[in-house]
Amino acid sequence: MNNLLSIKNVSKVYHTPKGEITAIKNISLNVEEGDFIAIVGPSGCGKSTLLSILNGQEDASNGEIDYHHKTIGYMLQEDALFDWLNVLDNCLIGLKIKGKLNEERKKYVINLLNKYGLKDFIYSYPRNLSGGMRQRVALIRSLAIKPDILLMDEPFSALDFQSRLNISNDVYNILKAEHKTLIIVTHDISEAVTLCNKVVVLSKRPSQIKNIYNINFDENILPSKRRNTSLFNDYYQLVWREIDYE
Amino acid sequence: MSKEHQKYLKELRKKKILIFLGQITIFIIFIILWQLLTDMKIIDAFIVSSPKKIIMTISNLYSNNNLFIHIETTIYETIISFVVSMIIGIVIASILWSSQVLAKVCEPYLTILNSLPKVALGPIILIWFGTTTTSIIIMAILISSIVLTINIYNGFMNIDENKIKLVKSFTKSKFKLYYYLIFPSNIPTIISNLKICISMSLIGIIMGEFLVSKKGIGYLIMYGSQVFNLDLVMTGIVLLCVVATTLYYLIYYIEKKYEKTTH
Ligand SMILES: Nc1ncnc2c1ncn2[C@@H]1O[C@H](COP(=O)(O)OP(=O)(O)O)[C@@H](O)[C@H]1O
Ligand SMILES: [Mg+2]
Repeated sequence: MNNLLSIKNVSKVYHTPKGEITAIKNISLNVEEGDFIAIVGPSGCGKSTLLSILNGQEDASNGEIDYHHKTIGYMLQEDALFDWLNVLDNCLIGLKIKGKLNEERKKYVINLLNKYGLKDFIYSYPRNLSGGMRQRVALIRSLAIKPDILLMDEPFSALDFQSRLNISNDVYNILKAEHKTLIIVTHDISEAVTLCNKVVVLSKRPSQIKNIYNINFDENILPSKRRNTSLFNDYYQLVWREIDYE
Repeated sequence: MSKEHQKYLKELRKKKILIFLGQITIFIIFIILWQLLTDMKIIDAFIVSSPKKIIMTISNLYSNNNLFIHIETTIYETIISFVVSMIIGIVIASILWSSQVLAKVCEPYLTILNSLPKVALGPIILIWFGTTTTSIIIMAILISSIVLTINIYNGFMNIDENKIKLVKSFTKSKFKLYYYLIFPSNIPTIISNLKICISMSLIGIIMGEFLVSKKGIGYLIMYGSQVFNLDLVMTGIVLLCVVATTLYYLIYYIEKKYEKTTH
């Protein structure tokens, strides 16, 4: 497999009036093409920090990241849709901001919207959409810039359980179909082990990688169905024991 | 439509008509009482004037070609102050937003200016700019633009962290952040401040006209009180009611129009 992203010894120290906070310390990780990687760990350990660094919003204090000329997309905790723009314009916002909007890309986005159940809502405003639909719009917005790797920071934590199961399936199907690589931060172990093929467990602060688990489900079983298998329970226990709960 | 729903709509319409009738009735009773009580000399028409006298005054003003000069002057000054204040408010709020340090530096001064009753600056403005229309407009702008600046700035600062993060994930440019997120998401704030701005401007203009002018509704009221012509004072107040309401509904109309385009 091809390496898409190589993270080497990355650390981040925040400076605040009260002192220094070492959020993450010596994180090294290789991301391969097609990987779905979950990052789990106690809250406040530095998961969001790691994603912000990967996304270039924050600089690492130390270490190196090799992007291998790949592009990164980013999806946040809340859908953050702009309520003054319709669904299509919301999805195009990244392209507009980057000055990369053209007919071909617009077609690509409309095609995604059609394909993933938003056909009748292209010109609707976000307030008329359900929570699950809003998440799909947010996902398509991050896909619009055609990133190779998608970063997600607890993207579904605001949704109810049923919607989360559904969106988990949607994300799985959409990202597999579009051949994307995923790095997702979540506090939900079930989500991590059902959606991803690798689960990275971070320790508490200053956080380091405690362990990386390979998860081997049959590719054709949907995430929501994986929950019913005994394999799921084994993985769940494995990861759960590893996390430092305070 | 079901029978029940029709009945419901009918009730709703009935209620609306009832409210409207109530409002009209109060107005008519007030006018009639006012006229009757002054006719019967129970209250002194010299001090409180009367509806008839007010109508006479208005028609006199009209036949002397003065009525519309006063109304136009006040409206013209108010609209200039309104437009300039909006621009000042938006521009200064944008500048403050773009520099946190500058905003922090200016904060105490804005607070002082905001809490200061701006009338107190009237005499200074008169000395600096003379007894001119400019003085009146400047006074009105002072009154409305400071509140506006503060309100709009607060709107600019009050943006969902997540949306900021999202835009920042696409660009590092602060201008793009402003252009794509900060400004458009504050259009509702700006729209809702239009009303505040128009009424503040009117207050400022009337105050200015009290102090300076030779024409305008504020002048009518001031002049009337100086020569103890209460008919003129009351007429001025009535005209002011009409102007204020008209301007208010003008803004209200713009607001509704905006809401329609986004819903
Ligand atoms: N901009 C910042 N300035 C200072 N400290 C920060 C900043 N962002 C995060 N931190 C601190 O870094 C630690 C890790 O934060 P974060 O990455 O958000 O954790 P997580 O996403 O795992 O819950 C926390 O202790 C947080 O207080
Ligand atoms: Mg976080």
